[in-house]
Amino acid sequence: MTLPVFAVLAVLLVLASLGVILQRNPVRSALSLVAALFLLAVFYVFLEAHLVAALQVIVYAGAIMVLFLFVIMLLRLQVEPRDPERTAGRIAAAGLAALFVAQLVLFLRAAPAPTGSAAPAFGTTEAVAEVLFTRLVLPFEMTSVLLLVAIVGAVVLAKRKWM
Amino acid sequence: MPVPASYYLFLAAAVFGIGTAGVLIRRNAIVIFMSIELMLNGVNLAFVSFSRELPSMDGQAIVFLVMTVAAAEAAVGLAIILAAFRNRQTVHADELNLLRW
Repeated sequence: MTLPVFAVLAVLLVLASLGVILQRNPVRSALSLVAALFLLAVFYVFLEAHLVAALQVIVYAGAIMVLFLFVIMLLRLQVEPRDPERTAGRIAAAGLAALFVAQLVLFLRAAPAPTGSAAPAFGTTEAVAEVLFTRLVLPFEMTSVLLLVAIVGAVVLAKRKWM
Repeated sequence: MPVPASYYLFLAAAVFGIGTAGVLIRRNAIVIFMSIELMLNGVNLAFVSFSRELPSMDGQAIVFLVMTVAAAEAAVGLAIILAAFRNRQTVHADELNLLRW
């Protein structure tokens, strides 16, 4: 990816992310988050992580965001009114976050240098699966247990009457 | 001209920081959840760019695990929010103060 393309996409991603936290209507926040997730999928494609890009669109932008929008609709949320009392706290929080990002950037400047083009099989389903089903097979199996626990937990929590 | 790896990491840091700011600034529980998803995605971008640079497939395998955790967290968290809304008729984080002292 050339630098101008990267710059345009990066600005769009930062704007979409800011939209998530600055929109006062939760539905607009959710739609900004969808835009941010799709832009991240584009970055994954440029980083030659094709399986991860596909999963990003299917799992995040598809399944998880539908869940979010569904809950927003169920809760009939209103647009939040402006609250001038909390402006100082907001500025302090934004300053803290900016400080944190500055610290991360200082730290990340020591990241490894680019190593040129990757192997042809890099980022394919086969390459990811080979790692997942050999060396990382125990964490991979644990995710199935995690998902089972999450399903049971969600059903129990969402029941109308406690057992 | 190729993009240096550190630019991807700076972008990941920015997305993570925006998510942090969202958790600190917003009081709507659902928007706080969305900010947490944003933070997880920033970390994923860092993982993928490191995986591209090293190069090693481990980063992308870990992204797969992070996505699973995010899905589980969203399912349980949104169920908790629904239960809280049924009991208190609000998802405002300042009014859900039963566990505070």
